Amino acid sequence: MSATIDIRFRLNGVDTEVSVPATMSALEMLRDRLDLTGTKYACGEGECGACTISVDGVTVNSCLMFAADCDGRELMTIEGLAASSVGEALRASFTRNGAVQCGFCTPGIMMQAHSVLQKHGSCEPADLKRTIEGNLCRCTGYVKIIDSMAEACVAADEGA
Amino acid sequence: MGVALDITRGETLIGKRVPKMDAPEKASGKTRYIHDINLPGQLHAKILHAGVVHARIVSIDTSAARALPGVHAVITAADVPWQRPIGVAKDHLPLKTDRVRSPRDEIAAVAADSAEIAEAALNLIKVVYDPLPIVSSAEDALQPGAPLLHGEELAWTSPDGRREVLHAPSLDNVAMTFNYAQGDVTYGEAESDAVVEDVFWLHYVTHCCMGVSGVIAEFEANENLRLYSNTQVPFLHKREFAELLGIDPGRVRIIQPPIGGGFGSKLDIYPFEPIAIFLAKITRRPIKLVFTREEEFMASPTRQPVLLRLRSGCKRDGTLTFRTIDTLHDNGAYTSWGATTPFVMMQTFSSLYRVPHCQYRTRAVYTNNPYAGSFRGYGNLQATFAVEAHMDKLADAIGMDPLAFRFKNAQEPGEVTPQGMLFKSCGFKDCLETAALRSDYSRKHAEYRAKWHDGNPVKRGVGMASMLHVAGGAKIYPSDGCGTILKIDDFAHVTLITGASEIGQGSETVLAQLVCEELALPLSAVTVVNNDTDITPWDVGVHASRTTFIAGNSAIGAARKAKAKILAAASAKFELPVDRLELRAGHIVEKDSGNRFIEIGKLIRSLHFSDKAELVMTTHYYEPPSQHQDREFKGDVSAAYAWATQVVEVEVDTMTGIVRLLRVTGAHDVGRVLNRLGIEGQIEGGIVMGQGYATTEDLIVENGVVRNPSFRDYKLVTAPEIPEIDISFIETMDGEGPQGAKGVGEAPAICVAAAVANAIYNATGVRLYALPFTPENVYRALKQQARPPVWRVAP
Ligand code: FES
Ligand code: FES
Repeated sequence: MSATIDIRFRLNGVDTEVSVPATMSALEMLRDRLDLTGTKYACGEGECGACTISVDGVTVNSCLMFAADCDGRELMTIEGLAASSVGEALRASFTRNGAVQCGFCTPGIMMQAHSVLQKHGSCEPADLKRTIEGNLCRCTGYVKIIDSMAEACVAADEGA
Repeated sequence: MGVALDITRGETLIGKRVPKMDAPEKASGKTRYIHDINLPGQLHAKILHAGVVHARIVSIDTSAARALPGVHAVITAADVPWQRPIGVAKDHLPLKTDRVRSPRDEIAAVAADSAEIAEAALNLIKVVYDPLPIVSSAEDALQPGAPLLHGEELAWTSPDGRREVLHAPSLDNVAMTFNYAQGDVTYGEAESDAVVEDVFWLHYVTHCCMGVSGVIAEFEANENLRLYSNTQVPFLHKREFAELLGIDPGRVRIIQPPIGGGFGSKLDIYPFEPIAIFLAKITRRPIKLVFTREEEFMASPTRQPVLLRLRSGCKRDGTLTFRTIDTLHDNGAYTSWGATTPFVMMQTFSSLYRVPHCQYRTRAVYTNNPYAGSFRGYGNLQATFAVEAHMDKLADAIGMDPLAFRFKNAQEPGEVTPQGMLFKSCGFKDCLETAALRSDYSRKHAEYRAKWHDGNPVKRGVGMASMLHVAGGAKIYPSDGCGTILKIDDFAHVTLITGASEIGQGSETVLAQLVCEELALPLSAVTVVNNDTDITPWDVGVHASRTTFIAGNSAIGAARKAKAKILAAASAKFELPVDRLELRAGHIVEKDSGNRFIEIGKLIRSLHFSDKAELVMTTHYYEPPSQHQDREFKGDVSAAYAWATQVVEVEVDTMTGIVRLLRVTGAHDVGRVLNRLGIEGQIEGGIVMGQGYATTEDLIVENGVVRNPSFRDYKLVTAPEIPEIDISFIETMDGEGPQGAKGVGEAPAICVAAAVANAIYNATGVRLYALPFTPENVYRALKQQARPPVWRVAP
């Protein structure tokens, strides 16, 4: 087995220290070491977005990131998002608009949606569609996901 | 939530936009899928796949793998001499003994402390193969002298020494055949003014569930098997797993965690499940086995590829005269449900439109390719693709508008088809009319066609296709029923225990709605339990778009019994005849005046606290009034049938071959809308899945090898590519359906590819006979460089 590295970062607002193998991905660290199973594995190669998390405010595919590279960063996962008021608003919007079917893609897409809200970008459906280009959903046909994002986006704009 | 409260004001929940009950949990990341479950003491398993396509296994050396620290067990077929063939035709051993027929074939498996160690152990296993010639297509498999894939019988010896032949040798590589005929096609052809014949090729696609396959197997101290499984058919699997172990099926318990998508992929038993069970038995530890995405592409089933020859005719006035169909299904190396899809295709050929003479022959053939399973639409996408192309071609041949031509031959309510299907409710003509109207089909169809040669390299086109599908179950197994147990507690909280599984489609919400409707309780009063075979009553599984219909009727039945029980108790208490009482807004009320007597919960408490205590707990079993088809495939196989028409508008860039879907206008006969939000979601998802089938998805199989086992190379439709979607519901209020509803799960995916093909023709004047419509394929067809599919096997 490969050498381990001690790293420290802030995870969902909490200072966290772990010792991880050098080759471990951030996704494996979250799921297997820290029991944060809300972040999903669906491809392991950056093609589906199921493993999306936020690192220093930027969304990344955690399956492509080394755990070691989390050192000194600020991470947020779906568990952290869910506990926030923005997360609550998004969850309500996704629920109300039927954006969740099997739900496996949902955490990743919510993380992406959150990042859109943070950036105060356009709430136009065409633009929102592009923001989740890297998130695959096999169930919903995306329509209701876009509806939910648009609704949350407009609400956030009005609130701002 | 606002919707949940409506019922307490005496309003109906039916037809409303009711959010899925499990959505908040899923959107919080709290839902535990199989991937997220870890049992104390569990080991991780990995499977060694052959990697070679077709070979004899000369030797397997597992010694180095067994010696690796952290490895608890390494098994090959030799370690489980009692293993039993699995699958639809029992032609498939979980661990292969002497021969490999597909690169995904399971050779050995490891259980270790971690997935990494298991993986490392796989690399230490040495297998020597002796290659055999590869059979790379169904046509090749039928050539004289082709290597036989299953030329030997497959027998099994039970633990008590009984030998049973489970699979007879196939001496011509044919795994299954279906033959069906109605009328006299020779006569029909003689009557025809126009006849067309074409060969179509329908390609490989695969399910791509976002949650990859996985299982956790564990033996309890008393040797009972507990399985955490993503299966769509838990009750059928109980028997299969029990047979595998030679134990009583009652000792198998299947728990279904929330499932990350099914779409038919989880309808059969696959080698990884028995393998996990073997390892659990040997190690005495829980075994978790979860696929990687690459394995998911390689070792899960596909939609069956089909080579299809269709000949059809009509009279000058538009009356269809006959149809003959030959199909060749690439079964792959083993037989799963893909082999029986001709059963559904047959319905489309014989009964989507009225056609007096029809003859259908089909063969599912063994090859060294991936094996074909069931996939949303179950053969109907392929059949509809061909039939609807011919509807356009025949209309063209007699100079009739394609819509008018379809209208002339469309089924109507009350029709009994030659196959014996009775269309009690049928909104087909309404579907045609509505979809045409809302898409402005006829005007656009004429306008776009007039622009074939206008010099503009970017063309537009509209195409139409319709479909018929079972929508009230499908009597394939001895039972097509579903059971419900309903319990109302002393706070008027309902626990609805149903046999039906939730795979993301939203059945738990719709079942809860139906129960609330009967009991006049808010949705928040219902908990659905649907995931444990030790608790839930019998059901045949999630397939055939049956859950809302069958489980819905079952739930309604149980709720009605509970209601009767409550009203009887109230009648005794208030000394009023039962027929003057009613449940309304959480209360027992006097029917005419609406006067409230008592809260439902309070009444139930009084039942519990009396000395003749009574529980309000009921059961109901619903078996639809459908029939098994006979040997000639005649019989009313479903209690209801769904109809739909979709019009697709496309833009074709003739310089690049890129086809963009601009708009899909769908009109669906769903019987009645129960949950508007849920049904829209099903239809949108189905349409986009159909779009993928038509334009982007292509599982490339070359000489038995999957060339693109990743999302990078297997292209699912992404959000920016989806068309505008316009859906109309035709509510025909089916007499047998729960609150009038019919099944809808598969319907939306079925006609998209067919409609896109017709739209490309309408845009360019070029007809494509093979899927998918990738830019390369379309470009080559437009430049007349694509060879249309040919039929080169003996009839
Ligand atoms: S799992 Fe990371 S992108 Fe798919
Ligand atoms: S809801 Fe199932 S993958 Fe998106």
